[in-house]
Amino acid sequence: MQKKPETGSPDAALATATRDGTPLMEVRDLEVHFALRTGNVARLLGRSGGSVKAVDGVTFDLMPGEVLGLVGESGSGKSTLGRALLGLVPATAGTVSFRGEQVTGRSERAMRPLRRKLQMVFQDPHASLNPSMDIETAVGHPLRIHGLTKGTTQTRAKVVTALERVGLSPTERYLTKYPGDLSGGQKQRAVLARATILDPELLVADEPVSMLDMSVRAKILELMLNLRRDLDLTYVYITHDLATAKFFCDRVAIMYLGRIVEIGTVEEIFSDPKHPYTKSLLKAIPQLDASQRVPQDVPRGEIPDAAQPPLGCSFHPRCPAAFEVCGWETRDLRTLLEERWLTLDADDYDREQAVFGDLSGLDQTGYSATLQSARGHTGEEIKAELHAIRESDLDEPLWKGVRDVRVEGDVVRVEFFDGVDPGLLPAGGVAVACHLYDDALRRKAEQLEATQDLEI
Amino acid sequence: MTALVDQPVRGRDRRDPVLSVRDLRVWYATDRGPVRAVDGVSFDLYAGQTLGLVGESGCGKSTLGRGVLGLLPPGAAVDGEVIFEGTNLVELDRSALQQLRGPQLGLIFQEPMTRLNPLMRVSEHFDEVLHIHEPALDKAARRERALQTLRGMGIPPSRYRSYPHEFSGGMRQRIMIALALVLRPSFVVADEPTTALDVLVEAQIVRILADLRRTYDTSLLFITHNLGIVAEACDRIAVMYAGRIVEQGDAREVFENPKHPYTRELLRSTISLQTTGLHYIQGAPPDLTAPPSGCRFHPRCPDAMQVCADRFPVPVIDEGVQVECWLHGPDEQIPAGGTAPLERREIDVAEEA
Repeated sequence: MQKKPETGSPDAALATATRDGTPLMEVRDLEVHFALRTGNVARLLGRSGGSVKAVDGVTFDLMPGEVLGLVGESGSGKSTLGRALLGLVPATAGTVSFRGEQVTGRSERAMRPLRRKLQMVFQDPHASLNPSMDIETAVGHPLRIHGLTKGTTQTRAKVVTALERVGLSPTERYLTKYPGDLSGGQKQRAVLARATILDPELLVADEPVSMLDMSVRAKILELMLNLRRDLDLTYVYITHDLATAKFFCDRVAIMYLGRIVEIGTVEEIFSDPKHPYTKSLLKAIPQLDASQRVPQDVPRGEIPDAAQPPLGCSFHPRCPAAFEVCGWETRDLRTLLEERWLTLDADDYDREQAVFGDLSGLDQTGYSATLQSARGHTGEEIKAELHAIRESDLDEPLWKGVRDVRVEGDVVRVEFFDGVDPGLLPAGGVAVACHLYDDALRRKAEQLEATQDLEI
Repeated sequence: MTALVDQPVRGRDRRDPVLSVRDLRVWYATDRGPVRAVDGVSFDLYAGQTLGLVGESGCGKSTLGRGVLGLLPPGAAVDGEVIFEGTNLVELDRSALQQLRGPQLGLIFQEPMTRLNPLMRVSEHFDEVLHIHEPALDKAARRERALQTLRGMGIPPSRYRSYPHEFSGGMRQRIMIALALVLRPSFVVADEPTTALDVLVEAQIVRILADLRRTYDTSLLFITHNLGIVAEACDRIAVMYAGRIVEQGDAREVFENPKHPYTRELLRSTISLQTTGLHYIQGAPPDLTAPPSGCRFHPRCPDAMQVCADRFPVPVIDEGVQVECWLHGPDEQIPAGGTAPLERREIDVAEEA
């Protein structure tokens, strides 16, 4: 069965051990789950529709003045995590505390005083600004909401300072403008002015430069670095772009399907990535060097469905280094068959495919797969087919996870070893959630390998 | 036509370009006057070659891609020549162009989900396309052709009868590419085909597109804002700025030794894993209703000379790379004193795109 990773003290120590001093923000076992919609009848009968674990047990500390990057593909949960840090989505479990004060579980009213210290910048500057509000009103809006200024002259003075700080000067030229009159970069500057006008301590920036052109990205990043220096800001920088994260961050957390799979300083993660996922991400970034060609060993597949995550380690179906305990299961067998069929020409495909009956049984999660042969075919034929697949690629990691293949009449049963859910472990100077760095599990896998019955 | 389409390499001289664009211009009408989105662009594309077209938003690269295929919105005016296998596409009427689109000219869009019909199975998409353009094929032959193309894109045959929503984003983009290629067009425009995709899936798709020339001998115009993708997947590169191709040539040569100051500055401002300091181009791209006099880049160019503000640069070929910049001559056309540095007007920090 899927085991929860050992969280709590060891993990927390790991994710925090990089700096001394009191953390600005402490995140402990944070979970954000979204319930899936179900039909009314199902709800009356008490059946739940399951849930999407957008953030699934995340623990780290944020030190004052640092820039932490949350890096991952879409669906990794990085944006949800960023919002949960500011209390913008309710946490299902776990805690977030800011300077010792609990952020999670607060009512909107109780949250308000904290909001002054915690601000957010979104990806799309155009959608972040009210099109019918001029820049002066928009940037000064937080002051009005929090009742921090008396009268328009005082507000305007603050707005002018904020605009000058983000480079929107001469400010007279911008105060009366509407968002529609500004370019993308200028709008993001206005958004940054609004986010910094309350003098916050933490700024969560969710892909702040992704929608901007290359030549503008650098300018906005430079501005953010200047703001950090001038206002003593701490940043959480959410991005899918490893190149900007490398330049901009002090530490990065690589996320995959709601978990942090690797966290450490930029120097360590980029010079010596530990997790196979981090390694493949770094390899996949297109380089500005035309003598290098397209990388040929990109991991197969895509980020899986978070409503039904893979068993064991979430990355195992795509991982080139996965082994016995990584959680190989029924659905991986289906992928393997489909991959095999890609390599066949039409006639061979029709012949091989005809041996198998309905494959939908493989869509259930579990460590025991039943392959039903089609009418007129036998289990032995399926076994021969599996044999051919194995022979065609002996390096396929899935076979390491197979404990036993048995023919029972017209069905074939494939049993997998039980997977283990990885938790963050220390490896070098970073923390990584990968069984490759767990010596006890590697020894266990060797023992399992000896019990393997792969007579195919 | 069917017989022709069945042979990936047609009986033409391989030294002739598949596509030859000469002085192409596209204007859009706006309230403020005509926007010259593409303003005199020329390039050649040979069989099996991939040309990466790069530039910032608003430089006219998508308009150029659409203009070549005759897919511009009503109200756009087109002038110049787009010679595709001996025919000038600009002069063709709508129905003749429609005949060519699909079997000869393909287009791969950025958003796969908006281009696939959610109510139609993948098999029906292929059936429809093949039925219209290759009526000689029977049902079994259509299926075989579709499956063969899908297999090349990594879509398993067992998924042939699925609906678009049953596929992930990357798989949908592969299906879109397969739909464009199933008729084996000799020229395909891919307009930011990976922009909506994740890093790893993007790498998978770029690999597929880079392999096209080997499998299908297709010529590809690859429009992107990502210089890294051009470096990895394209043979040639064309850099666009304000409606003009300012530099074009062998990708390796241009990346190693950019000649136009804009190409150089664009490469420097791209943040890569090697970036140690931030660099950017001052100012913003010009308003195309009233572009600057002379070279369009001169107000932002760190190397601008007197002549750059007065005269439109003449395209010159230098070491196999075509570049439009007075720094590379021709010297005899530069008036006396023209090489003196241009005094530039101060540019505000926030003046940007």
